Amino acid sequence: MVRFLIRRTALGVLVLWLITLSVFALFFVAPNNVGRTLAGRQASPETIALVEHRLGLDQPLWKQYLHFLGHALRGDLGYDYYHQVPVIRIIGQALPITLSLALGAAVLWLALGVFNGVVSAVRPGSAADRGLTVFALFFYSMPSFLLGLLLLYFLYFRLTLSGHSWFPAGGYQPLSAGIGVWAQHLVLPWIALALLLAATYTRLTRGSMLDVLGEDYVRTARSKGIAERRVIVRHGLRSALTPVVTQFGIDLGQLIGGVVVIETVFSLPGLGKSAIDAINQQDLPVIIGIVLFASAAVVVANILVDIGYALLDPRVRLH
Amino acid sequence: MTAGTVARQHTAPAHRRAIEGRSPWALGWMRLRRDRVAMFCLGVIVLIVLVAVFAPLTAHLTGHPPNEQYRSTGLTPDGLPRGPSRAFLFGTDDLGRDILVRIAYGARISLLVGVAATALTVVVGVVVGLAAGYLGGAVDTVLTRLIDVVLSVPFLLVAIALVSVTGPSMTVTVLVIGFFSWASMARIVRGQVLSLREREFVEAARSLGAGDARIMFVDVLPNVLAPVIVYTTLLIPVVIVVQATLSFLGLGLAPPTADWGGMLSESQAYYTTAWWFIVFPGAALLVTTLAFNLFGDGVRDAFDPRRDR
Repeated sequence: MVRFLIRRTALGVLVLWLITLSVFALFFVAPNNVGRTLAGRQASPETIALVEHRLGLDQPLWKQYLHFLGHALRGDLGYDYYHQVPVIRIIGQALPITLSLALGAAVLWLALGVFNGVVSAVRPGSAADRGLTVFALFFYSMPSFLLGLLLLYFLYFRLTLSGHSWFPAGGYQPLSAGIGVWAQHLVLPWIALALLLAATYTRLTRGSMLDVLGEDYVRTARSKGIAERRVIVRHGLRSALTPVVTQFGIDLGQLIGGVVVIETVFSLPGLGKSAIDAINQQDLPVIIGIVLFASAAVVVANILVDIGYALLDPRVRLH
Repeated sequence: MTAGTVARQHTAPAHRRAIEGRSPWALGWMRLRRDRVAMFCLGVIVLIVLVAVFAPLTAHLTGHPPNEQYRSTGLTPDGLPRGPSRAFLFGTDDLGRDILVRIAYGARISLLVGVAATALTVVVGVVVGLAAGYLGGAVDTVLTRLIDVVLSVPFLLVAIALVSVTGPSMTVTVLVIGFFSWASMARIVRGQVLSLREREFVEAARSLGAGDARIMFVDVLPNVLAPVIVYTTLLIPVVIVVQATLSFLGLGLAPPTADWGGMLSESQAYYTTAWWFIVFPGAALLVTTLAFNLFGDGVRDAFDPRRDR
């Protein structure tokens, strides 16, 4: 188990290193005009050169990269070009917002997805099954920004017009402002994210429940006269949840790296929105920092999922 | 999927004799043809393709070229978009352009990017998957690591960063989507090839003197086509959504090109005053992805019998 862990971690580090390399290379493919932007339109070439020198942009590429890597290893991701704020602090400020969004939505989509999946699987081919399949596919096919806009239109604009201003149009309130205010600002993004993701879980749960309910031990449990509800939940659902847990780990890892579209639509200044803003300004340290953080989240989530697998199924450890 | 399945179960015994001696492809096609939902969606897809192909016809019939701005007839005196009317069936956008015509032209972009990026994904994914699974050894190790790296990259973030660096264009969109999507396809193909490699027919081919390339592409490839086709059909709608998302975030195509994501992005500022501006492009996008997903679902049920329920 320990060797398995070491191997997976080493692999994760390798993946992260390759990502720093490619993201770094990426931004030097195109002409970079940060110096000009910072120095202003009227700046003389000397001023621009000075700005570039101060940011280290006049150094050879490999030197810039080594400089970046050396600091990154010490947990220092550099400063943003425009306000000299440490990138770590930018990530630190955005992370609680993205976490609030992702974790809150996770509760909703798990509940919705697993419940619908079980209902579908208990009576495959029934009207409920077909209805839920259509429901799942409908939201699965829905582009996230479209769902966001529709929710804003109906649940913010129309409701507010009719005198029920239950939901704000967007923005974020920290937990310290009160749990009610915090949740009120996140309800619409939570619903949007949950509906988009629940579909995958409905289908996953349904498929794996159908497999499990066909197993011999489920028939045995039924023939022993155990109540159907208990058979479904205790014998069926328990083992059917393994693929769901795997998918959940992967999805959560991805989301913690930033929920780009939903954060943009609902003006939540989380990691995704910060990244978009940085990209629009060619603020390289911030972009690299967030991409690196997001990749690390995915890598760690994958390792956790693998460990979970290895604990559940000893055969995995042998690979 | 479910409606077809139920019908299939009832009719299967009666057709058992007729089924004998048919290739898996003929069987799959027969199952697919009996799936009414899938066939209906195929019809919708054909319709969307026709709309895209004959987009100039809509411009001709309405007399409104897609990028023509009707500032006097297409905008209210306050300069706001006009709702649906006889002249503009789907209303106008913020610049007084005909939304109906722009949707028809937008279909071209969505389908073109959808098909081109998917094709790129499939070719790269299949070749890498075949090579990793069949050749094994060091090749497999390197390719599998590469797949791991690509799969742990936060796709949308890096895609946005890439497009912002290179400047938006259709080619860039297709390349970016292809660059990040091949990995899952490669993983699926590799998994299948790993077990196929050990089968007798590969041994037979090798003892007849066939080279690696021949075995990979002539003997093994046809056996992985079913999952590849299933994954391909389900990939097209995903690609269409990604393209629209990039456009929505302002990284699609240079204006004034009409494309659905871009139209929805422009409509954001008007969603309180001009519902048609968001509803019609949104519906076009949703109907397209829904049709592809439902059809892909039917294809999976028909061609991947292990998943059949």
